[in-house]
This record gives sequence, structure tokens and C-alpha cells, in this order.
Amino acid sequence: MKKDFAFYRKLFASTFYLSAFTFGGGYVIIPLMRKKFVEQFHWIEEEEMLDLTAIAQSAPGAIAVNASILIGYRLAGIVGALVTVAGTVLPPLIILSLVSLAYTAFQSSLIVKLVLRGMQAGVAAIIADVTITMGLDILKRKKILPVLIMLGSFIAAAVFKVNVIMIILVCAVIGLLATLHDERNGKAGA
Amino acid sequence: MPLIQHQVVELHSWLTMQEFVDIITISQMTPGPIAINSATFVGIQIAGLPGAIVATLGCVFPSCVIVLTLALIYFRYRNLSVVQGVLGGLRPAVVAMIASAGLSIIITSFWNGAAISLSPESLDWIAVVLFVAALFALRKWKLNPIYVMLSCGGIGLIVYLLAGKTA
Repeated sequence: MKKDFAFYRKLFASTFYLSAFTFGGGYVIIPLMRKKFVEQFHWIEEEEMLDLTAIAQSAPGAIAVNASILIGYRLAGIVGALVTVAGTVLPPLIILSLVSLAYTAFQSSLIVKLVLRGMQAGVAAIIADVTITMGLDILKRKKILPVLIMLGSFIAAAVFKVNVIMIILVCAVIGLLATLHDERNGKAGA
Repeated sequence: MPLIQHQVVELHSWLTMQEFVDIITISQMTPGPIAINSATFVGIQIAGLPGAIVATLGCVFPSCVIVLTLALIYFRYRNLSVVQGVLGGLRPAVVAMIASAGLSIIITSFWNGAAISLSPESLDWIAVVLFVAALFALRKWKLNPIYVMLSCGGIGLIVYLLAGKTA
């Protein structure tokens, strides 16, 4: 991949665009980033995107900002990270500066409320779409442990409201133990 | 969010609680990460545009340092089998987190923020239909998610207005 001006412009434009249209914060931007950088540009691989999401989630701060730092760094080092952070942070800065001029009117506007309510259904569909794709991907490999981890974490997060960092730590330890176990068995068999 | 509230409202008395609640609402209504939005907005209210820029930088800088450190470790050591093992455990968990976040947005959308109940009157049928149509468009026709989201907003506005919804 050539890292010329056109590349940086594309990187900045993509993050700017994603940030400007991502309502709701948190995980909403992850599916959109995945669509753009994995499926559309083929700049990042599927598994790598999941790794970056895990890192973004484990670090303090907004997931969207963390994820864009990671994507920028992965693609073009520190300069790339600066470009993606600028792209992610500028739209809120511009939009909020405008909204703050008339924020009581904005907040009580019925039209804004109804548009947002419709968009919320759309956002829910986007996340559902990505979850189905990624979930099927894990099921298709027919390995029992990842499927169990996925179901277990989902129940822990959605039903028992367990802290996300806690879930990530536990799953990291499970993954580590499973690898050590496999390696020991592999060596014993050789 | 509770941390920002503590700093801005209680510790420094830069804003009143009511102003703070307004800011949270606006942050959720405008695009972009909520933490960044509210920090920016707090900055604007206190000290105009320079305030907003300072608040945004302050919000982003710590993440930058920590995330870049983690990134450095990840890109250097990710081929080690131990690190691969840890990541192998994390990937399915990340899918589960996204699914769980998705589920809570679906619940908020279908019941319009109210508690889940089984009676059909409490369900927002317009949102349900929009959701199903949007999901179909995304999976079957692979439409651009941002267009799907914006269309849902536009169609939602028209249908809600026709249905006489007021909030």
C-alpha cells in the first residue's frame, strides 16, 4: 500500500465520515469501521479487527477513539494514528459548536427526536447484521471452545451485566490456559 | 460519565446539574462518541471554542498514550503462541460484547426506552418494522450501513408524524 498524500486523505476522510454519522457511541462505530476497512478497502483482516476491538475495549477512553488510534497506527504508524484521531474528533467538535448556538431549540425539537428514533432502529439493525456475520464465522469453524466463550460472555454481559473488563480478563486467561494445555499435549505426543 | 459529572459539577462548579443533564442528552443526540461529545460540549459552555478544543485534547490524549503502548506490544508480540492463545480467547468474547450492546440498543429501540413488557401496545411497531427492513437491506442487498441508518431516520420521521407520535 502506497502511503502518499492520497492514502492519508482517504484515511482521514473515512474516519471523519464514520465519526460524523455514528450516532449512539460505543460499539456502534466498530461494525461501521469493520465494513469500511475490512470489507471495502481490505486494509485490515477480519481477525485483526477483532483483536484491535479487544484492545480498544481494554484501554480507558472512548472505544471509537481507541479503535481509530489502533487502525491508524496499524496502517501508517504514529502519523496514521494522528490522522485517524483528528478524523474522529473533528466532526463532534464542529457539530457541537454549531448545536451549542441553539441547543435548547435542538433538544426540544420533535423532528430531531423522531429522526433519532428511526435511526436507532437502523443502528440496531447494523449491529445485528455484523453480529450475525461474525457469530456465524465463529460457529462455522466447529471448534467447541470459542463457541462456549462466545455464549458464556454473551450471557455474562447481557443477562448478568458483568463488567466488560472482567469478561475480557477471564477470556484472556481461558485462551492462555487452552494454548498452554495444547502445547503440553503436543510436546508429549511428539 | 459519572467521573466527568464529579469533576465538572461537584469539584469545580463550572456547570449546574441541569446544564450537565442537558449536555448528556445533546451528546447522545449528536453523532460521535458520547464521552468526546460531552467533553467538547462542557468545554464550549465554559470557555467557548478554545475550551472545546482543550477539552477534546484532554479527553483524547490519555487514551492515545495507553492505546499506542498496547498497540506496540500487540504488533511486536502477536505471533507468539501465548499471545495468539490470549487473542483466541478474546475474539469470541468481543463478538459477544458487540452482540450484547446490540441487544440493549434493540430493546431501547423496540420499547422506546421503557421497560420490556409483553403487551403488544407497549411495543413500538414502527421501530420493529424499520429494524426488520433495515436488517434485510443490509444482509440481502449489502447496502451501505450509513445510508441504511439515514434512511431509517427519514422514513421514521415521516411514519411517526403520520402515526401522530409526539415523543
